[in-house]
Amino acid sequence: MSIVKLKKGFDIHLLGAIQSDNVAFTSPARSVAVVPDDFHGVIPRMEKKEGEHVIAGEPLYHDKNNEDIKVVAPVCGSIKEVRRGVRRHIDAIIISPDSDSSVVKHNTGGDPMQVLMASGLWAMLRQRPYDVVPPAAVRPRDVFVTAFDSAPLAPDLNVVLGDKRQYIGRGIEVLKSLTDGNVYIGVREGQEINAPGAQVNTFVGPHPAGNAGVQAANTVPVNKGDVVWTLDIVTLARIGELFTTGMVSHDTVVAVDGEMVQEPRYVKTVMGADLETVLKNELTNVAKSRIISGNVLTGVKVDPDQWLRAPYRHITIIPENSQPDEFMGWASFNPSRFSIYRTFTTWLRGLKKPVSMDSRIKGGERAIVRTGEYDAMLPMEIYGEFLIKAIISGDIDKMEQLGIYEIAPEDFALAEFADTSKLELQRIVREGLDKLRAEMS
Amino acid sequence: MKALRNFMNKIEPSFRPGGKLAKLESVYDGMETFLFTPNATSRSGAHIHDGNDLKRTMITVVVALIPALLFGMYNIGYQHYLAIGEPSTGWFTMFLYGLLALLPVIVVSYVVGLGIEFISAQIHHKEIQEGFLVTGILIPLIVPINTPLWMTAVATAFAVIFAKEVFGGTGMNIFNVALITRAFLFFAYPSRMSGDEAFVKIDSAFGMGGGTVVDTFTGATPLGQVATNVGDQLQMTNVLGEPISCMDAFIGYIPGSPGETSMIAILIGAAILLLTGIASWRIMCSVFVGGLGMAALVHALPSVTYPASMLDPVTQLCLGGFAFGAVFMATDPVTGARTTVGQYIYGLLIGVFAILIRVYNSGYPEGMMLAILLMNAFAPLIDHCVVSSNIKRRARRAATKE
Repeated sequence: MSIVKLKKGFDIHLLGAIQSDNVAFTSPARSVAVVPDDFHGVIPRMEKKEGEHVIAGEPLYHDKNNEDIKVVAPVCGSIKEVRRGVRRHIDAIIISPDSDSSVVKHNTGGDPMQVLMASGLWAMLRQRPYDVVPPAAVRPRDVFVTAFDSAPLAPDLNVVLGDKRQYIGRGIEVLKSLTDGNVYIGVREGQEINAPGAQVNTFVGPHPAGNAGVQAANTVPVNKGDVVWTLDIVTLARIGELFTTGMVSHDTVVAVDGEMVQEPRYVKTVMGADLETVLKNELTNVAKSRIISGNVLTGVKVDPDQWLRAPYRHITIIPENSQPDEFMGWASFNPSRFSIYRTFTTWLRGLKKPVSMDSRIKGGERAIVRTGEYDAMLPMEIYGEFLIKAIISGDIDKMEQLGIYEIAPEDFALAEFADTSKLELQRIVREGLDKLRAEMS
Repeated sequence: MKALRNFMNKIEPSFRPGGKLAKLESVYDGMETFLFTPNATSRSGAHIHDGNDLKRTMITVVVALIPALLFGMYNIGYQHYLAIGEPSTGWFTMFLYGLLALLPVIVVSYVVGLGIEFISAQIHHKEIQEGFLVTGILIPLIVPINTPLWMTAVATAFAVIFAKEVFGGTGMNIFNVALITRAFLFFAYPSRMSGDEAFVKIDSAFGMGGGTVVDTFTGATPLGQVATNVGDQLQMTNVLGEPISCMDAFIGYIPGSPGETSMIAILIGAAILLLTGIASWRIMCSVFVGGLGMAALVHALPSVTYPASMLDPVTQLCLGGFAFGAVFMATDPVTGARTTVGQYIYGLLIGVFAILIRVYNSGYPEGMMLAILLMNAFAPLIDHCVVSSNIKRRARRAATKE
């Protein structure tokens, strides 16, 4: 048990935070979808066809390169549609749920890795390097579990855990059997956790302290050649549950919050549930809002007729463009025009007061001019700006030397928010990781 | 605002490809983004963005330069009326004279520089970048007031094209564009850049302030006087030959380039830059530390051969372009060192070299420009060394693991 103090980063306080830990129940989902893009690194090969019936936990598709890695149906029902986009890319697999409530029961006596792969929980793990679903049954050096989400308006993972908390111990046991190193759990200050067998580290500091990768970099950094897994505490509990009961539960608690939400709250629903079910009467002002599945920094923009996306625990709704044609915004002295920099006057009213922020980029894309902006938002021993430049110029040696194996796109999300030059850093990092991965295989 | 928005919408089609003014598309886009914050919302990655952009950043630097600009204007008038023997002229007249004298230079600098930026942006079908907003105001402040306008125009064009656009525009240049302008003038037209006639405007500006120069007039800057000093007694004088003190230099009542004379105005600018966090305090402070240290060292070893070594360290920093360079030029993030450790080294060496050149190279009484340009060239190397140590540390970490 050690305490790690992180100074870099920033907590963005947005309007529309959840006030109470009560969890409301939704009606059963009208449709449920699995989106293959949520499981980066798994190239889908369908196992089921349109019209076929599946039960909860039954595989929908497996990875092209590793047939054992399955992605499963979260509910029982019939496959309504396999929606394809350009070049037959699978956009979503849509299931119409029925009243069947059977669940696939796994025999957990065999090789735990195989059990995880078959259960669909493997696809919830992420591996560094490359921030992908672990492509093969390789024993990781260590496993890093984050027990809190530090992103803006993020749910309290203790609430999301609910009564699954009891399975944490079993989950740790399973993961410990899969690594020669340690299972590290990162908690925030004051967070109580009963985690026998794991190394619990307390992280004090602003976002992105809750990112598993940031926690890894500040405990035992990832070196070239190392493979580590990252996951959140909820997935850990699900693993424990699988190895206790033989079944995976696909229900999840989702935080619905943000400025455009009338009543920010937690709701209990099923993974991949349709947004009309999850959001109910929150969908009144759709034209002026942006619905994000996930948090405002790393989430994905979704339409109201789409579904909850992995990691299935957060929906934020913010204004889409609250000030169209803002006149000479760059000259503004209005303290509510939010900036973390003192070039604007926000700091006079205090940066901790919740603010309204819309989805505008508020400036044109430029070359990197100001120094140290990325480093101030990235609590790792990495020269962010130099790494980004290496990625842009496609210099693979430099990327390696500057530590690309340690990072994931989400680690640069805050830097992307703060960037004066408005570069799409997460996209750049993702492309760099993919390029490197293609190059190395 | 509604009317303006409607007007912009109305004229937009003629600037788009196929329209009559399609060749001015970049100019239209530049105007539109100047007037209205772009409505573009994020498509990938983070859904919210900070309010700060490059426009705001650059404008803040321009604001920080305003005290130096205003005092520069006043000082041009002050030196002029002193030279023509009318020192009791009112301060507003002096300021007005300076304004009229400096305005043409500002106009020329912006028209030439922004013109080239607009053309370049249009050729590459890119947005107009804001970098020249600052450069355009820096140039009039560091070019001697008596430089003919055509020289300023040629030098600005040279600097913008060869020091900036060929490297890819704002954010890509290696050398500070404003300093390249001055260096070009300095080496191409050396006779007009120093001596008695460069720094004090004696003729009238737009018919204002005519008169004959007094007999005792000498227009050399204090640093120029020091460089040509003979003997072991050092006494700097104003344009009338009267002795001046360090305090005069601190307030700025000395001849020199328009922006560089007043330490007070520069310090106000420095406060703005540091408070808003735009300039690196590491660079700014280490330039002063380096300069002060080097000045103390040379002062400890005074020599008649090198008369500038007889200046005490504080006066040394108050004279010439040292402070202006430290605050506004060395801190240019694009051409300076970008790593934290690198910034200390970079700043320290600028300070050291500036004084070194000043004192031991009598050909260049002002060392700041050359010191910054020299360190601009070395900044990537400094960063490379700092980043290498990070790379080595990572490699060692990986090696000890195995």
